[in-house]
Amino acid sequence: MSDGFNWFKYSSPQTFFPLAGKLAAVFAVAAAIACAAGIYIGFFVAPTDAQQGEAYRIIFIHVPAAWMSMFLYVVMAFWAGLGLAFNTRLSGMMASALAPTGALFTFLALWTGSLWGKPTWGTWWVWDARLTSELILLFLYFGFMALQAAIDDKRRADKAGAVLALVGVVNVPIIYFSVKWWNTLHQGASINFTKAPSMAATMFTGMVVMALGFWFYSIAAALLRARCIMLEREHATEWAVEYVKGLVRNDGVSPGLKGV
Amino acid sequence: MTAAILCMIRRDLLLAVRRSSDVLTVLLFFVIVVSLFPLGIGPDPALLRTIAPGAIWVAALLASMLALQRIFAADHADGTLEQMLLGTAPLGMTVAAKVLAHWLVTGLPLVLVAPVLALQFDFPQELLGVLTVSLALGTPVLGLIGAIGAALTLGLRGGGALLSLLVLPLYIPVLIIGAGAAEAAAAGLGGHAQLLLLGAFLVAAAAFAPWAAAVALRISME
Repeated sequence: MSDGFNWFKYSSPQTFFPLAGKLAAVFAVAAAIACAAGIYIGFFVAPTDAQQGEAYRIIFIHVPAAWMSMFLYVVMAFWAGLGLAFNTRLSGMMASALAPTGALFTFLALWTGSLWGKPTWGTWWVWDARLTSELILLFLYFGFMALQAAIDDKRRADKAGAVLALVGVVNVPIIYFSVKWWNTLHQGASINFTKAPSMAATMFTGMVVMALGFWFYSIAAALLRARCIMLEREHATEWAVEYVKGLVRNDGVSPGLKGV
Repeated sequence: MTAAILCMIRRDLLLAVRRSSDVLTVLLFFVIVVSLFPLGIGPDPALLRTIAPGAIWVAALLASMLALQRIFAADHADGTLEQMLLGTAPLGMTVAAKVLAHWLVTGLPLVLVAPVLALQFDFPQELLGVLTVSLALGTPVLGLIGAIGAALTLGLRGGGALLSLLVLPLYIPVLIIGAGAAEAAAAGLGGHAQLLLLGAFLVAAAAFAPWAAAVALRISME
């Protein structure tokens, strides 16, 4: 393997750590731009809904958050499964780094959903199939984080979390298809790959731009968290010690790191 | 292999018989929790009839969760579990045998007592069959899913509370469909669809859960 791109170059924390820092910065800027554009389209460009009035505008937060909550779980399970199968260290770290962001978006989807439900359905909460399965998803994220927090041996924590994440993946298609399988209060999807979206073009654009913004944010947040996890777990290695020393040297007033 | 599995079931049943108070505790817990509902909600017969399937299912779910740690804890403590991991019988089959024995000891009694408790709720007698069948199909699923959680939390501090956090979200679909069977029957819809779904859950869980639990056991014991 002398020529060509080495796919495994960035599979070790030492090489991935600086790359993650650069990528996180790029994606954080991209997220800020996309979210600002999405909010502008959502609030100033998109027309008022004929039936729901201005209340529908929460769609620009709610739908992208709900997409990300499911998508991040699948990505988390993918990394966790990869770690379990190939015994790679970094995969487990990525899975742990994604979990809090996923839980955040799940909570955001539930919260904005209930804010939307009050003016349009007349209730904060119904025990509808999609709401219930989204709530289960939130519990699955919490369970994953609680299990990893309870195990001191980090390698075992990664593997145990991976088994749980893979078992929980069953829930994602249930959420996605819940509005099709059960005919309950939550409306069906307005966006479909096979036919034109059943909404104004600007509304659709706003939602997609917001979704991109949330996606970039998730990448940036997960990478930053992964950097912290890498430093924590690799604190005994030479590169980690060097990095922390560099931090202390650059700004002399960080008493918390003096002892390192 | 069959011999090893039968031997495992026989051993677990014998152990349970020798320590029968553990088993009785789970059953008594189930009976007490079910009795709490009329006390908390009030003795209105119409209301009780409506909540009977849900109350009995929730109590069954809590009781089986309470018993989950028993599946592996004792064997883990005295080192038998390590021998099982080293043994020649496939670990997935061993786990399946242990879960079956566990269900015979803690799940089956709940199923048998449930119709009597349902009568306390003034539940229509002709629907007791649906309720009992739904529990008979559903409680093994709870045991199978729970075995994964029990294997993952083996030997962890605060294992009991953590186990419930891991397992209860996965129990929710079984609860909804299981309690839905008797409710659908009470509404005159038969409830066959729910029973068939529960059967499908059981088949899928029996096929996959023992292997997932076996992987989890190897992770916990390494």
